[in-house]
Amino acid sequence: MAIVSSAPRLSSHVVEVPLALRRRRRPGEALIQAFLFFCGAVSILTTFGIVYVLTRESLLFFAAPEVNLWEFFTGTSWIPAVGEFGILPLVNATLLTTTFAMLVALPLGLAVAIYLSEYASTAVRNVIKPVLEVLAGIPTVVYGYFALTFMTPILRTIFGRDVVDIYNTASAGLVMGILILPLVSSMSEDAFSAVPRSLREAAYALGATRLETAVRVVLPSALSGITAAVILAISRAVGETMIVAIAAGAGPAFTFNPFKAAETMTGHIVRISGGDLSYDSIDYDSIFAIGLVLFVMTLALNLISRAIMRRFREVYE
Amino acid sequence: MSRIHSEPGRSGMLDRLWHEDDDLFRHNLPGRHRAGRVWEALFLVALLVGILALTLLIYNIVDQSFGLVAVQFKVDPATLAVDGTPVEDLSGSQLVTLIRERVSKGVVRRLDSEQPLEERGRDDLLAIVMERVVDPKIVRSWSLTESLLKRAAIEAERADTYPEASLEFRSWVNLEFISRPQSSSPQLAGVRTAILGSLWTIAITILVAFPIGVGAAIYLEEYASDNFINRIIQTNINNLAGVPSIIYGMLGLAIFVRLLEPLTSGALVGGVADPTTANGRTILSAGLTLALLILPLLIVNAQEAIRAVPRSLREAGYALGATKWQTIWHHVLPNAIPGILTGTILSVSRAMGETAPLVVVGASTFIVFDPNGPFSKFTTLPIQIYQWTARPQAEFRNLAAAAILVLLVLLLTLNATAILMRNRFSRRLA
Repeated sequence: MAIVSSAPRLSSHVVEVPLALRRRRRPGEALIQAFLFFCGAVSILTTFGIVYVLTRESLLFFAAPEVNLWEFFTGTSWIPAVGEFGILPLVNATLLTTTFAMLVALPLGLAVAIYLSEYASTAVRNVIKPVLEVLAGIPTVVYGYFALTFMTPILRTIFGRDVVDIYNTASAGLVMGILILPLVSSMSEDAFSAVPRSLREAAYALGATRLETAVRVVLPSALSGITAAVILAISRAVGETMIVAIAAGAGPAFTFNPFKAAETMTGHIVRISGGDLSYDSIDYDSIFAIGLVLFVMTLALNLISRAIMRRFREVYE
Repeated sequence: MSRIHSEPGRSGMLDRLWHEDDDLFRHNLPGRHRAGRVWEALFLVALLVGILALTLLIYNIVDQSFGLVAVQFKVDPATLAVDGTPVEDLSGSQLVTLIRERVSKGVVRRLDSEQPLEERGRDDLLAIVMERVVDPKIVRSWSLTESLLKRAAIEAERADTYPEASLEFRSWVNLEFISRPQSSSPQLAGVRTAILGSLWTIAITILVAFPIGVGAAIYLEEYASDNFINRIIQTNINNLAGVPSIIYGMLGLAIFVRLLEPLTSGALVGGVADPTTANGRTILSAGLTLALLILPLLIVNAQEAIRAVPRSLREAGYALGATKWQTIWHHVLPNAIPGILTGTILSVSRAMGETAPLVVVGASTFIVFDPNGPFSKFTTLPIQIYQWTARPQAEFRNLAAAAILVLLVLLLTLNATAILMRNRFSRRLA
């Protein structure tokens, strides 16, 4: 009350601002603001650049006489040399590696997140989180090396050398799972810690054990956050390149056998562009068409993940 | 009756709890606790698997970076000694004589035309002797574990398969490995070109990404009102962070390498390094591509740092009559800069390890000359690792492992700097 009543008195004390100061134009300030706006706009330009480049070259690709849009999405063989452009083998290999990655990352990541948020002491957490950060910070080419020189030999020893190829999607997928584990665990842990303490207290008060509280109360409450994490992880796995380029094999193959070599979308782009690539060739245009499919897939996954995250935030805030 | 039906859960449960005393609480309690312990163990196992994976990864790399090798010489260096002086201690002129005697005429002529033998330094000459005359070849390599545990078996295999070779313990990471350029023979190959390429590329990335990234962050935090276009910019940055890095490579290939070739190949500036071969696939193109790649990450980090600066500092600035920019420049930025730098270092270490976009932009597969400016062809450390890993021979795997060690040490140094800065920063705030 006192504050409100004193407000008008204060305003009568305000010094008359000299007109010159109030109205002064400051070209320097305006220039700086314009530059800063340009910096922000660079990101928009980047997006436009990506969409423009991918669409333009893809249109050139689809305009080529040997390419047919229907066959592109339904064809099961990708052999540019004889003009067969069916993207399914590449998509199929991508889905195979992604599935294996999620088979590793989802259970392990969730378990790690539950342990860190519901069981671990602060001391343990302080040790574990940096370890996970290190895992996430290792360049993917190193994981590729690991897949080829460590995981593949192990798989070949377990399942037999005739069964498992030197290059195979299982090895690449499993190692990719390790790469993605920190992403799943840290995002899920964030989701867990966003669950209000009162829910846990209520469960304990009803006589639930720690496990029952974690699995039946905290986990369902954090489900949307976890879903967002999983979708983002899938998007990351789909776009992951170096592990599959090194360990999954060179050469598109339409196979559901994870122990056979098969080239993913990203792996194919890297192999084709790593060679001597001449512009305006069908090879050059084709990688942009694959890139467009890849871009649309990951963008859709990211948007879904963000949408779920936004809804999730509204629940507890 | 109807009341109980409408709230069966609460009143029914409470009634029963009340009357049957604590039977319900105790219901199968040992079993539930057992399940709890089992699952806790499982969660812990998952954690250990994660740690185990990291351990195995590092073990695998170290295992391949050191170990026994079987070396075979074309000419035993002992036979090259002149008057009892071993070949390493020969004078420059003696080495020249040796080269003219032993190396084929054609090669000598080529070497002479590059730079006359007599004018070369002793180290250079010795390197030629080792490469052209002694010509050591690693015929077989073993991992560190094998070398330590199965020494006898390795000895037997060497005597059996490579009777002329000698065994020696080799650390694939060594000073020469770091100081030598790329080579097609594994024992002479080094990462000098790759390290320099990485440093050049990163320098350009920082020069471009840092000002733009911080500028964008300032704009979004200090200037942008909550209108349509600014919301679009913010959403767009968040979405760009999720675009696969290989897509940025394709953007770089189409825009920087192809469309802006006159600029990125240096033709416009007149600084053409090698016009016949570089054609846009230059350090500049690579650096710009990586800059676009890390921009979203850098902006988001910088935004957080700027947001953490207390509002009162800005108010104080305004109250003293400072303009908006003066307030930002003299008060907000100095306080946010440690956070901004930490975020920058983290983004840069991401760029340092990127491989896929650079392959797409067109890293060179084999260059032996140091990059001499933004318009020269390039290779980087991760690219080098990728190429060596892709080769079938085991010796190149060893080289790849050694290069990975170098890369990891570089990244670790960068990250440690970031963490130290973060700690210093948080202490200052506290």
